[in-house]
Amino acid sequence: MADVTLAPPAEVTVVIDGREVKAQPGELIIDAAERAGIFIPRFCYHPRMKPVGMCRMCLVELSGPRGPSLQPACFVSVADGQEIATASPAARKAQEGVLEFLLLNHPLDCPVCDKGGECPLQDQAVSHGPAESRFIEEKRHFAKPIALGPLTLLDRERCIQCARCTRFAEEIAGEPLIDFFGRGDEIEVAIFPDREFTSYFSGNTVQICPVGALTSVPYRFRSRPWDLEQVETTCTYCAVGCRVALQSSAGRVVRMLGVDSEPVNQSWLCDRGRYGFESIHAPERLGEPMLRFEGGDLQPVAWHEALREVAAGLRQALSTAGPESIGVIGGARLANEDQYAWSKLARSVIGTDNVDAQLGDGLPAELVLSLPQATIDQACGAKVVVLLAGDLREELPVLHLRLRTAAAHHGLKIVDCSPVPTALAGLAAATVSSRPGEAAKLAAALVAPPGEVPEVEGVAPTAIESAREALLGVDPSQIVVVVGRASLAESAASASATAAIFATAWPGARFLVALRRANVRGALEMGLAPGMLPGRVPLEAGRSLLEAQWGHLPPSAGLDARGMLEAAAAGELKALVLLGADPLSDFPDRALATRALEAVPFLVAIDTHPSVSVLLADVVLPAAGFGERAGTTTNVEGRVTRLAQKAVPPGVARPDWVIASEIAERLGSNLGFDHLEGIWEEIERLAPAYRGATLGAVYGLAGMDGVVVPVEAVALGSPLSSRARRPIDPIATPGIHSVDEQGAPLAAGLSVIPGGDVAESEEVEEEAGEGLPPGEAQPATAGRPGMVELDSRRWPAPGAPVVDSYSLRLVARRRLYDYGTLVQMAPSLKGLAEAPGVRMRLAELEKLGVASGDEVRVRSPHAEIVLPAVADDDVPQGVALLAVSSGPADEPGASSLIDSGEAVATVRIDTLDGKGGADG
Amino acid sequence: MAHLSADNQQRAEAIVALYPERRSALVPLCHLAQAEEGHLTEEAMEDIATLCGISPAEVRGTASFYDMLHLEPVGKYVLAVCTNIACMLQGAYEVLEHAEATLGIRTGQTTPDGMFTIEEAECLAGCDQAVCVQVNHRFFGPVDEEGFDRLVDDLAAGRLEETVPPHGVLSRVSREVDLEAPAVGGEQV
Repeated sequence: MADVTLAPPAEVTVVIDGREVKAQPGELIIDAAERAGIFIPRFCYHPRMKPVGMCRMCLVELSGPRGPSLQPACFVSVADGQEIATASPAARKAQEGVLEFLLLNHPLDCPVCDKGGECPLQDQAVSHGPAESRFIEEKRHFAKPIALGPLTLLDRERCIQCARCTRFAEEIAGEPLIDFFGRGDEIEVAIFPDREFTSYFSGNTVQICPVGALTSVPYRFRSRPWDLEQVETTCTYCAVGCRVALQSSAGRVVRMLGVDSEPVNQSWLCDRGRYGFESIHAPERLGEPMLRFEGGDLQPVAWHEALREVAAGLRQALSTAGPESIGVIGGARLANEDQYAWSKLARSVIGTDNVDAQLGDGLPAELVLSLPQATIDQACGAKVVVLLAGDLREELPVLHLRLRTAAAHHGLKIVDCSPVPTALAGLAAATVSSRPGEAAKLAAALVAPPGEVPEVEGVAPTAIESAREALLGVDPSQIVVVVGRASLAESAASASATAAIFATAWPGARFLVALRRANVRGALEMGLAPGMLPGRVPLEAGRSLLEAQWGHLPPSAGLDARGMLEAAAAGELKALVLLGADPLSDFPDRALATRALEAVPFLVAIDTHPSVSVLLADVVLPAAGFGERAGTTTNVEGRVTRLAQKAVPPGVARPDWVIASEIAERLGSNLGFDHLEGIWEEIERLAPAYRGATLGAVYGLAGMDGVVVPVEAVALGSPLSSRARRPIDPIATPGIHSVDEQGAPLAAGLSVIPGGDVAESEEVEEEAGEGLPPGEAQPATAGRPGMVELDSRRWPAPGAPVVDSYSLRLVARRRLYDYGTLVQMAPSLKGLAEAPGVRMRLAELEKLGVASGDEVRVRSPHAEIVLPAVADDDVPQGVALLAVSSGPADEPGASSLIDSGEAVATVRIDTLDGKGGADG
Repeated sequence: MAHLSADNQQRAEAIVALYPERRSALVPLCHLAQAEEGHLTEEAMEDIATLCGISPAEVRGTASFYDMLHLEPVGKYVLAVCTNIACMLQGAYEVLEHAEATLGIRTGQTTPDGMFTIEEAECLAGCDQAVCVQVNHRFFGPVDEEGFDRLVDDLAAGRLEETVPPHGVLSRVSREVDLEAPAVGGEQV
């Protein structure tokens, strides 16, 4: 026996199959063996979940004080001096026996099973099972398949009861809507009668099912693994930036699987991201340029005609009203390189600073780019996360999953300060709802010194006390504030002021800015915001840096989206470019957006799908979308990752940077770009925040998990360089590995870099990796002249909103499945958008004398809509909760009630016969 | 089909309060709910889920594991005939077949009048009184074919009302919420 010491040993040595292996104390045998390159068969074990020891496939022979014994390697930790035999005659016999048992009732319908060819059961039956079965009796039969939910099908005959799906639902998603039913040979995975497996994360259970028991509606019977090709890319259905394997068959994208990217999604995806690819091949996709002809119809034309028309329209505006009469709204859909090209086109060629990627639903670029940034890992590893954003489960689902896991299993304390508690409230250390529009007051109370805590109107002192308790004694460097637009019915000033209060009171605290649109962070970094040049440089500071390089910069800061829409409505804006933007659906003031788009004389829309706004345009240019173009994207934490191409754009659609270059050319200029790498090199050279994020580091194979910019602003846990090929666990995520083996390898898409040299870029990347300080973060601006710095005084707390006592304050939020274009163009997701409804406390409904489900009239000074009222006691007193984009896009919804100029929108709720009620 | 009664809702909260974790009260609450109608209704399982802070699927998952919890309607009296070794040697299968023949139902079924459900049970630990028959958690034995007929007659005629409560609640559960202790008869489970 080893010496008895008080301190646990830093390392233990075990002998696995005759080889000495060093392992961490407490490490599972299956993990230690895996690191040593020894594979132990398994089904129930999943590296991202707690072990359960359910399938018994990983039985190995252990030496112990009482002689050799068979133990499950996924459930037993290593002990110093232990001898482990993974393939001894006894272990082998046990493994074969387990596999024979697992196959007793398995239907062996591999030829018609989606999993055939990528099936851990199939593979391990060959590698670790007996060649023959002794079972000659009749097998069980069940109806197959049965629907667990709208996206998930279950074939009970194939299930081997590994509990991966039920464990995921409970342990990771926290939504145990499925569980085992019955016992012994009659056990099956089941939902509660008359309920559905409607978790936003249900697709992960299909992904990790080690047999063909769970299949997804969108992929079932679509392809076989050996017919698939794949590339690793980044999902751009929200801003989390999950790494995915995008798989296609015969040129059509048929499946997305989550890749185990340690710092981002850890192999999980939300269903919207996983199945949203269906919109790529929607029949409505824009494939040809279109012009509005006399008589009002949009007709397909050739590119040169459309571009000539765009140039003519822009020239007309330039000559009559100058560059300030032209605006560009949108750009969050684009890749970084596209955004840079458009930023350069707008400023140096057209000469306008009227650019804004946010549609009045974001936060000021100066604030977003100057707050000390936190990575997702840092948020999960912090002591306290203060949540002042929309519901992350609805907006950034996998960020919700990461924070939920950290709170549920790793001791993270969450203080939920959102105006309506979010899905994380159940696990929060404290939930204290700020009044809509008054979050800054709550923030002031949270940071006040003891004894000087101000009272906050409408917030219970006990709730403030419990939140302060969670923060008590926590060093600010251990706090991460997740800040976003908690409600689109309150102005951005409230969130900005709140962030500034925290940043001032807690030096060292970090901020994760939870903006939802896919590449909105990249758009801000690339200068698609008024007064902000690429690389976080304010216009004035950048004049000396960039003017010489770009040739021309606008004289002064331009308008934001709201300013542009107002100018358009007032007839001052002569030309407007919608860069993947749909202001009618997304701008939180529908009346203004409608007036603006109707009034502007020349409207250009560059988009992938025909949204309601696109259909109003004079010229429509088709753009290549997700999966159809290469480039890079920037996620919510500032991580730049690569986008890869696996499908051909429809018709003659082109990448947005190509469109920008073409327009520049027709305006008599030249952006100087002929390939993506050239754009990236210019970004790295000219944008201070990107210095060090070299082509090799970002575009090279090693950049799979991406680079957080600025590289030294964030203390990285691991060096910049990582392995050139990601280890793919064939049992944890079956499809990726098999396609890699049988179809096109995963790296194929990444290696196709026109003009690029992967070998060289890897060297460059390693240089960049060296010399990174491992420890504390430095200010993002260190050694990067010109970058915007945080000035808390710029973000004063807005005055108290005026709310009369007859009204409810409106909280308008996003839902994951909405009536936005991307969800509505994906057939499997389309029907999941929840019917619209206004949620408020039961007491408010009773005051009105209506029952939950009855229709009511929701009135603001700007509009009124009729909706069912839903009783929901999670909604605080005096608040009405509405989902934006929760109805058909051509009908007015929540956004029509909002005046974007107000601090907070208020509504009155009446019964349909006009009886008013809610007097707060 | 019904939710927990108001009385039982109160009792349930008292049971939940006994445990440091709410979900620990799951099985006792299932017994409590089962006493109302003899089986766990979906509504009752939803109530229990709320009380325990877990999902209805988890309640159903746990309840479906245990033989003593019924998810389908059962008769007023559930007759469980042990067919393990001691009882089998004493003629358990003969008793079971006799039960099926006289009641006119198969094992697992309930008589049309809703009085009796027959079950085949694994060892009830009543080997000293083989063949052992359990009726609503009360033991009877030794039981032969004639004894079975007498037992059924007595139950049908209401002569055993004192001994065998309808849909018995486990004595431990009842004790914890101050239910009146069931009358003693046979052995308690």
